[in-house]
Amino acid sequence: MNRYLTQHVGFILLGLSTLLVVVPILVVVGAIVVWGAGAISWEFLTAMPRGGMKAGGIFPAIVGTLLLTLGTAVAAIPVGIGGAIYLAEYARDTWLTRAIRLAIVNLAGIPSVVYGLFGLGLFVLFLGLGTSILAGSLTLAIMTLPIIISTAEESLRAVPTEFRTVSASLGGTRWQGIRNIVLPQATPGIITGVILGLLRAAGETAPILFTVAAFFLPRLPRSPLEQTMALPYHLYVISTQVPGMPLEIKYGTALVLLVLVLSMNVVATVIRSYFRRRRQW
Amino acid sequence: MTENSTPTSSQLRWTEFTVEALIRVLGFSTIGFVLLIFFFLLREGVPVFLEVPPGNLFGTRWYPTFDLFGTLPLILGSALVTVTAIAIALPLGVATAVFIREVAPNWAREILKPVIEVLAGIPSVVLGFLGMTLIAPLIRETLGAPTGLTAFTGALILAYMALPTIISVAEDALDAVPKSYRDAGLAMGATQWQTIWRVVVPAARSGIVTAVMLGMGRAIGETMAVMMVTGNAARMPLTLDSLFRPIRTMTATIAAEMGEVAQGSTHYHALFGIGIILFLLTFLINLAAASVMFKKRRRGGLR
Amino acid sequence: MSHNQNHPKIRIENVSYAYDGKPALHDVTLDVPANAITVFFGPAGGGKTTLLRLINRLNDLVEGTQMSGRVLLDGQDIYAPGTDVPGLRRRVGMVFALPLPLPGTIRENVVYGPKLAGERDQTRLEEIVVRSLTQAALWDEVKDRLDSPASALSGGQQQRLCIARSLALSPEVLLLDEPTSGLDPISTGKVEESLFELKQQYTIVIVPHSIQQAARVADYAAFFLMGDLIEYRPGTEIFTAPRDQRTEDYVTGRFG
Ligand SMILES: Nc1ncnc2c1ncn2[C@@H]1O[C@H](COP(=O)(O)OP(=O)(O)OP(=O)(O)O)[C@@H](O)[C@H]1O
Ligand SMILES: [Mg+2]
Repeated sequence: MNRYLTQHVGFILLGLSTLLVVVPILVVVGAIVVWGAGAISWEFLTAMPRGGMKAGGIFPAIVGTLLLTLGTAVAAIPVGIGGAIYLAEYARDTWLTRAIRLAIVNLAGIPSVVYGLFGLGLFVLFLGLGTSILAGSLTLAIMTLPIIISTAEESLRAVPTEFRTVSASLGGTRWQGIRNIVLPQATPGIITGVILGLLRAAGETAPILFTVAAFFLPRLPRSPLEQTMALPYHLYVISTQVPGMPLEIKYGTALVLLVLVLSMNVVATVIRSYFRRRRQW
Repeated sequence: MTENSTPTSSQLRWTEFTVEALIRVLGFSTIGFVLLIFFFLLREGVPVFLEVPPGNLFGTRWYPTFDLFGTLPLILGSALVTVTAIAIALPLGVATAVFIREVAPNWAREILKPVIEVLAGIPSVVLGFLGMTLIAPLIRETLGAPTGLTAFTGALILAYMALPTIISVAEDALDAVPKSYRDAGLAMGATQWQTIWRVVVPAARSGIVTAVMLGMGRAIGETMAVMMVTGNAARMPLTLDSLFRPIRTMTATIAAEMGEVAQGSTHYHALFGIGIILFLLTFLINLAAASVMFKKRRRGGLR
Repeated sequence: MSHNQNHPKIRIENVSYAYDGKPALHDVTLDVPANAITVFFGPAGGGKTTLLRLINRLNDLVEGTQMSGRVLLDGQDIYAPGTDVPGLRRRVGMVFALPLPLPGTIRENVVYGPKLAGERDQTRLEEIVVRSLTQAALWDEVKDRLDSPASALSGGQQQRLCIARSLALSPEVLLLDEPTSGLDPISTGKVEESLFELKQQYTIVIVPHSIQQAARVADYAAFFLMGDLIEYRPGTEIFTAPRDQRTEDYVTGRFG
């Protein structure tokens, strides 16, 4: 029957489209793993760069990225979770609440390079923090907020209303119910959201270009008011600004960055699926 | 009863009051951040509109060293790359979403979804690096062009960066189509294929439009990958072969030049001016996308 | 709190209530006596749950409602400004239609309220666990597994745990909204038995899940129809000799 032939061909085309999406992803990840693995050594991970970054390691860039991620976490987690609690537990459906939601949508859509401009304007220049880990972390934190807020709000809302009612009926104040029942139940979802946000921060380059990143700084930062190297920016620098850079080092750097980001992704996914299965409701 | 509960209860009320006030402030802070961002963009960017005559500002030549601040080539560059990216990503993304939702067996779905999530997690600088080292040479050879760093190269990478967003939003939209629609289609003797294209996909249309808008917002704002693979030549993309020649986007211009300008110079203000354009553009796109989504979602009260 | 036998424990005075302008209770006036079981019964949507939830201000959690009239507990207006609402809810406990154990163990469920109220003393908490589980007729069944998850109990046990959880606060009033609607007859019997025990000490208001149950447990019974209180008299009278035609129709099952 002709109609079923059409369907057959159609499904095959859909399958081919899907392959066209999926295969390049696998190729990309595979290429980085295969060509980058050769560069990975103890020295590469733990030594300072030498010889115009063409030798030695990428240690300061790794540390820099970890520090920036940590700084982002410290700034973004309380604000993000607080904002999510407000939206999920306190906010009534007023124009103000709608304005907050609009603001979150807007924050999520602002291009990363515009965050960079903002960080430069506010933190680096106006507040006088200079190009520093502090300025970079704060910039990244604001960029991360919408991700944390949306996922955290969603997991708070997934906690059944009845728990709040029961807690109130037992003499619990609103906050006691949130702290003792709602937050613990929502924690896995919140952690997942936090990791997803931090992972984005760890991989971003544009927001740190003018707020923290150092082209070449072969030592560890001593204070949050210093510049630092960072993995994504380092990859950008060695692939575009340094002629004659050995290909292997570029792939190696890309691999380290990718492993860092994807392992965070895996952790988030595992937490989410583990607790989803264990949930009592 | 009253005697022993009073001290704790006044203490509790105090905690309650402080915590609620704090949480309220944190909730409102998001509005503050948006305003702050806009304010600082205006503060550093508005001077350019006073320093540079509009004819120059919206002219066709961007040569800051010669005080030529024509943003048109940059705007058109962003537009060309974005539109091409969506033209690639839309059919691919919708087809993939339909395949995952409607056709693929469960086990395939379990494999496909995490793989696509991996794509969403790859930092743009990594994709830019691969675009330079793998894709650009490929494009140069197939075109026989002098360089593989072209608008098309950027669009291709942008398309893949927009795909995870498009696929997941489109999937949700397909998921939201009631089962009864499907059953009705099948009951009328249509094949599954016909049902998908004549009933399910049209019913998910508004969700797919949202997906495209979100993907577009993502593409316009993308910086690193685009900067690394498009060759960064600020020329007007007016000829037919523009797609396969180097181009320069607004985002790449900011990223590439901000490091070298003197603070407070006209060039510096001009880059912030571009930032204002980007801010407003992505705001409008996301607002449009969100208004479609907000309409669908009604908030349930407490029972 | 001293208790005067001549005054009702709870007095509901001209209470009208609406959700978003949609009336749910209309000018209800009613006295609930202490140490007795008072039953609110009637067809669905009559406003029984609403009235129950007004007595411990649980409906404060619902947005967009309108209320007039007063609710007095021991002569005190519980809606007066400055009322300690969590404190009120400790004095007026509530058991819901579905068993809703909180996440956590059996013990954690029982001590949840007292802990929030500031009780930290482990031996006192332990006493509370034993006393309230015993009062709810659950102690023998769970005494060996207090630290296992509450969700692992059967439906009937969970509901008695919810009763115990309310009793842990030593409330003066216990409100029960169709507490046995999800239970089998044996569990239902156990819950009803424990109610008879409890009424010696507590004031009990219950929305029963059937007329039969209403007749079994009621000392006093109030019949609600579409937001109106139709008839309120001692249980022995209202079920055998209702005065209002509508009550009679409902009690005899002639109601639509
Ligand atoms: N949270 C709410 N929001 C809006 N309307 C409500 C809400 N709760 C109850 N109502 C409405 O108020 C009226 C009374 O409801 P209520 O739950 O008090 O009745 P009930 O007598 O307990 O009924 P049932 O026997 O079904 O439990 C009904 O019309 C109901 O639809
Ligand atoms: Mg009810």
